[in-house]
Amino acid sequence: MMYTYLLPCILLISVGAYFLGTSRANALAEASGGVRSLHSLPSHYGMFTALNSAIPALLVFATWKILEEYVITSTVTRSLPAEFLQISANELTLVLNEVKNVAFGGFASDNTTQAIQAAANQYVTTMNWARNLISVVTLCCSIIPAVLAYKIIKKDLRARNLVEGAAKTFLILCSAVAIFTTIGIVLSVLFEALRFFQAVPFSDFLFGLQWSPQVAMRADQAGSSGAFGAVPVFVGTLLIALIAMLVAIPVGLLAAIYLSEYASPRMRTWAKPMLEILAGIPTVVYGFFAALTVAPLIRDIGTSLGMTVSSESALAAGLVMGIMIIPFVSSLSDDVIHAVPQSLRDGSYGLGATRFETIRFVIIPAALPGIVGSILLAVSRAIGETMIVVMAAGLSADLTFNPLNAVTTVTVQIVTLLVGDQEFDSPKTLVAFALGLLLFVFTLFLNFVALRVVRKYREQYE
Amino acid sequence: MTTNDNTTVKITTNLLSPTIDLKRRYRAERWFKRLGLSAIVLALSFVAFLFFTIISDGYSAFTQSYIELDVHFAEDEFTNENLAKANFPALVKESMRAMFPKVKSRREKKQLYSLISPAAAYRLQEIIEADPKIIGTTLKFWVLADDDVDMFMKGKIDRNQNEDNRRIRDNQLTWIDKLIDDGRLERRFNWTFLTSGDSREPELAGILGAAKGSFLTLLITLSLSFPIGVASAVYLEEFAPENRWTDLIEININNLAAVPSIIFGLLGLAIFINFWGLPRSTPVVGGLVLTLMTLPTIIIAGRASLKSVPPSIREAALGVGASKMQTVTHHVLPLALPGMLTGTIIGMAQALGETAPLLMIGMVAFIVDVPAGITDPSTVLPVQIYLWADSPERAFTEKTAAAIMILLTFLVTMNSLAVFLRKKFEIKW
Repeated sequence: MMYTYLLPCILLISVGAYFLGTSRANALAEASGGVRSLHSLPSHYGMFTALNSAIPALLVFATWKILEEYVITSTVTRSLPAEFLQISANELTLVLNEVKNVAFGGFASDNTTQAIQAAANQYVTTMNWARNLISVVTLCCSIIPAVLAYKIIKKDLRARNLVEGAAKTFLILCSAVAIFTTIGIVLSVLFEALRFFQAVPFSDFLFGLQWSPQVAMRADQAGSSGAFGAVPVFVGTLLIALIAMLVAIPVGLLAAIYLSEYASPRMRTWAKPMLEILAGIPTVVYGFFAALTVAPLIRDIGTSLGMTVSSESALAAGLVMGIMIIPFVSSLSDDVIHAVPQSLRDGSYGLGATRFETIRFVIIPAALPGIVGSILLAVSRAIGETMIVVMAAGLSADLTFNPLNAVTTVTVQIVTLLVGDQEFDSPKTLVAFALGLLLFVFTLFLNFVALRVVRKYREQYE
Repeated sequence: MTTNDNTTVKITTNLLSPTIDLKRRYRAERWFKRLGLSAIVLALSFVAFLFFTIISDGYSAFTQSYIELDVHFAEDEFTNENLAKANFPALVKESMRAMFPKVKSRREKKQLYSLISPAAAYRLQEIIEADPKIIGTTLKFWVLADDDVDMFMKGKIDRNQNEDNRRIRDNQLTWIDKLIDDGRLERRFNWTFLTSGDSREPELAGILGAAKGSFLTLLITLSLSFPIGVASAVYLEEFAPENRWTDLIEININNLAAVPSIIFGLLGLAIFINFWGLPRSTPVVGGLVLTLMTLPTIIIAGRASLKSVPPSIREAALGVGASKMQTVTHHVLPLALPGMLTGTIIGMAQALGETAPLLMIGMVAFIVDVPAGITDPSTVLPVQIYLWADSPERAFTEKTAAAIMILLTFLVTMNSLAVFLRKKFEIKW
């Protein structure tokens, strides 16, 4: 039972170690004429003792947590009767699951055999034994180093440097999380995508014109052979992104120019946050808006004009996505336009140009790289956007450029293929990771270019 | 003609009166200004339209129709020791029949019973179990009406429509009218919506389960992303040497900030669930994924706020003998903390509204129970909105809009808190 309280125990011991270390340092200081005679502050000696107690214990505990499942199952597997050793890995997993159910749930179903019951008992005893052992080891690792650290506390022990070194290591580890995340993303998408490309050739995926990832259940089933040509999906994605940009670029850019060049400071202070509201609304809300308000509206207008409009038209999804992206374009361009030096404006006005002429012939050309960068960032937003298209665009992967038809996008396909029960051995599930890989690489490329362009442009005026 | 030309030339040379050319230039100027203004007005009217549709769709979900029944708890129904075994739906049906004795045919009876939500029987059971002494008496109860009745009461079903096209039949309409006349059918504040979990029946569906799921998920996100985010911001801004390792971290953070959120969902699925074996659909996995997603926001805001602390503070601390670490923890960090908090709150608001990565890790399951801990299967507010928006029942539309209103309320509160903190603790150096 000690195991359940192991973490609080470690914490308590290290708190105790802190106070012991501090008091020993204080005692040393008193003996030799005040705190000044110590190398570090008493609290540094306390921290030194506490860290010596906590770090080894936590390391042991974490290692055990990672290995626990593996160690116990392999012990139990070895103890299973001989007939279980011949069965396949999948069946073995099932057997082990049943063993665990019996061990934890305590209930035995009707077909629980003697062997499984025995294995479950074995499981429980092994686990209890192992956990007790680990508790003792962890506590030893917590107490012994603390005692050793306590012993070596002296006047000239460089406790502060040691403690600060540990703190700095912690900071470095935290900032490395970003790198681990990127590595994690790449690995998780790459491995599954490679498994997919073993089943389906890369060129078929990238250039195929037929998309129907539902794989046939039986070989003789008609009409569902499973085709993984992603071109219709890419076209749908780009079509919706294009519509979105047609809305967002003019509106966002004009709004940014107006706010930075014409608007009074008072208007700026309230109009800018109002625009930012658009960026703060969750995408699922836009999806609801697109699916239940905009799409029927467009369909009704289209029908009254005598056109056939799909109820999940690309136009509805694209329009709403465009609205969502307006603040991205406007606030990024606003920053960029602001960065254009005032002297350029003054020069233009001095030559007698109107504001419009100054904007058109001086400010926009000067800010163009930055504006392009912000548009690229907005495009990458549009391509990676998920909820609006999941809710308002369809699943039909027709190769079409007509904005009134239903199209599908990369993100919609990822969501549809991965929500619900997945089998990680069929290309139907794995293709989602291939799409994810492509999406990641493409948006990464756009972001990289955009950030470089913006940075270069900023340096130009600094 | 010639004289006219001459006058034009004359005017051109006069700086005080505008030429045609200058007029044209000024006109272009005015048009451009109007164009810019209309872009802003357009964008803002989108905001207004969005809010208007959602509020007008959703406000009605905060009331729900209830029907008053006279239930007779006949003794012979409760002969069994176990009270739960009694036929509660029959009690409800009987009291409905008692109100409309003329209804005889099987089909009509079925239509009559369908005015009441199936939840009514459960409510009777709860009442009996709480106080078995009422057996043998007749009591008045307000029970939930069916969602179609509720939609009719809210004017979302048009009585003038052809009978075949609406979900309320003509004879149901006459009964409803009678109930309204008798004062037995009315709309009341919908506590169910705020206090229960999800349900397949629109009149029983509530958002508490999703709200609790969101809360637990955000709790995990906050407790991981705030310390990690602050620590990395401090390292990058105060300690990091200028080398390739630091550059690599910076590029990574900037890129992660722009990676589509669904990719983080793929990461969660492949690593947290398949590789680490964490339980699917739980706040703990959701919190981990959202932590990775919000970290860049917190780090970038944290660095900006550390940058705004003037170097003189650091120099003064170093000058009186503080170590680098002491300078940061005793002086720089406390001054930068309000800015970091603001960034964290904004990051949390983003995380609260995030849907796509949570779909990937299975938080879309239909879960009725309110989650009790971080390893219970649960859903979150935005995913609940997504699920309800997909439901075919008409009554779920207003529930969806109402859930959006609640989600937006939380977001507005968080963002205003961030603005308030920024205003309150902003230091002009």
